[in-house]
Amino acid sequence: MRKETYLPPIIDIENLGLDAGAHLLIKYGLGAIPPGGELRVVGSSPGWEVQLAAWCRAQGHGMSMQQQDGHPVATVIRGAADAGRWHDAAHAGHGDAALPGAVADQALSCWGLAARGATVEAGAPDIHFRLDRKDEVWADTAAVLYAQAVAAQWNPATAIDWNEPFDLPAAVEDAVAQLMTYLIENEAAALVVPARFLGQVHPHFREIQALLAIQVADEARHIEVFTRRLRLKGREPALSTAGGQASLKTLLDEPDFSVAGFLLSVLGEGTFVSLLNFLHLHAPDPVTRQIARLTARDEARHVAFGMSHLLWRLQQEPQFRTRLANAVQSRNDALANTAGLNEEVFDALILIAAGEFTPQAIAAGYVRVQQLIADMAEGRRVRLERLGFDKEAALHLAALHTRNFM
Amino acid sequence: MAKPLLLGAVAYAPKVVTIWEGFKEYFRRHDFEFDYMLYSNYERQVEAQLDGSIDLAWNSPLAWVRAERMARAHGLEARALAMRDSDRDLCSVLVVRSDSRVATTGELTALAGQMIGFGALDSPQANLIPRDHLRAQGLLAGRDYTARRFDELGGKHGDHIGGERAAALALMAGEIDAAWMIDGNYLAFAREGILPAGATRIVARSGSYDHCNFTSICGISAASDEMAARFTELLLAMDWQDAQVRPLLELEGLKAWLPGRTSGYDLLMRAVDDEKFYDAEGNILATDYRY
Repeated sequence: MRKETYLPPIIDIENLGLDAGAHLLIKYGLGAIPPGGELRVVGSSPGWEVQLAAWCRAQGHGMSMQQQDGHPVATVIRGAADAGRWHDAAHAGHGDAALPGAVADQALSCWGLAARGATVEAGAPDIHFRLDRKDEVWADTAAVLYAQAVAAQWNPATAIDWNEPFDLPAAVEDAVAQLMTYLIENEAAALVVPARFLGQVHPHFREIQALLAIQVADEARHIEVFTRRLRLKGREPALSTAGGQASLKTLLDEPDFSVAGFLLSVLGEGTFVSLLNFLHLHAPDPVTRQIARLTARDEARHVAFGMSHLLWRLQQEPQFRTRLANAVQSRNDALANTAGLNEEVFDALILIAAGEFTPQAIAAGYVRVQQLIADMAEGRRVRLERLGFDKEAALHLAALHTRNFM
Repeated sequence: MAKPLLLGAVAYAPKVVTIWEGFKEYFRRHDFEFDYMLYSNYERQVEAQLDGSIDLAWNSPLAWVRAERMARAHGLEARALAMRDSDRDLCSVLVVRSDSRVATTGELTALAGQMIGFGALDSPQANLIPRDHLRAQGLLAGRDYTARRFDELGGKHGDHIGGERAAALALMAGEIDAAWMIDGNYLAFAREGILPAGATRIVARSGSYDHCNFTSICGISAASDEMAARFTELLLAMDWQDAQVRPLLELEGLKAWLPGRTSGYDLLMRAVDDEKFYDAEGNILATDYRY
């Protein structure tokens, strides 16, 4: 009986040197055999044997040379080092959030910045992100909302017809400048709040990270267009009140992601959507109306994320509803001694809704603003009820919301 | 606190501090007191070991040759306790540009009259062994070829690979016709793009030689044999799979520590004699050596 002689697999790197990428072919060949297994290598580039010896030494593989039919043949013995590096490696979920177990309830600091689903070498530095629990940040709709946000981005230079001619009475143009001043400082808060959380969210929750990032970009664009409208007729920014800023500062001071989202997005930006829709309908000039339409669309998305996150969190933790109610009450208490919405903004809204400086127009403007305030409160009530507050509580909390709107 | 085992090492790069601080922590985790002393060059380190200032030395191959000779001259015995897996069976290669007139097959007579780049004067891999190799082929510097030295950081025994890199750059710039380098650096310079793929050829390789080792000299160190043995045992136990240890091994360029061996230094000893670098007692003969 003829005895079979086992010969290890062989690869020919031909005239490719290891100074030109041949190591890839060898690595691939070694990948198919276990540590301790052998792979034969032949080649024809000048000095390939020396290069292979140096490469094997650096990689922790064994190597020996033999002659076969007058040609050199290398035998590489696969070392354990390449596999050893991944001993005790961590697996951080899965790239596709829709797969079961893809998003961890608790993201680990040792996963650091690695892509979700990556194999993370043990010994990678711990990178601490304060918001590392799914229940603190997650919303199942985040990926969809992000996709919508990306698709709905608009370019201020082309989306708004800045050259459309109009001329407002000076008092009305002053009122627009005052309103824009107010919108800018409110949008600054709406930019800073998610921006601060953005750096604290564990990158494992990348859908949330992406959505916050684009939300910040939205607000930057809003600040740009409000500023541009303010300057369109040569006005300078108008008045900023202590009460208005005190109200916004309570948003900046809120350390809890969910509570901040509740106060800023569900109540504040939700109220702003009513305000922007109002401006879209009643603003006295076409540029302001266009701006209001585009920014309201973005703000509605921010509200949708806030709602979606809170619905998710309340589903996990129904008792969190009490914390939300307390937050509204606390904010109301904290602002009890401030003026709330500044008089100039209120008056500016009336003038804007009036469109001209006559008693009849002002009367009509006044009624419209009263209706706006009622619509805002009603919107808040509806959203609070969707979050599971009963009618009475929703009505009460909607009324406690800051008079500054945001 | 027990008296620590004191190791000498040469500060050839800033990472050396990171490496030995890491080792210190590793040994301490295993209840073994260890400390290190850094020297600016291997000559002073070898002399310090001979006068008992340090218990062990992390020696370059050239420092090993000198320590071994000096120990023998004092009636003592030097031992190589351990070395890296990457310290065994190295070779140096002579590299030319692809369009060189020198044939690939190792026929070096075509080097006649050409300018060959070498590393630092005290580099075993880029000067001493290469010159010896050419000498054995009947080629002498100044007579058969012109030697250009890329001398960087004397006393570091070529650990700082700047000399080899400078020679590789000069080769591609057309300033020299050939350059010597350690085989691993040939691949490293290719990865860095200094040697573009396909732009160079290897026309000669030296014989195999070993590189660094932990050297002890029996009878001169204050540390006991047991301490040296425990040091070696802990060193060999360093495991690439251990995430705490792996960064240190990566910095030091190894996958595993191996027991020391002294069989891989013959080539260098011959070169040291032929190039008149040290005498048999380990005295420095090279007159233009600055460290």
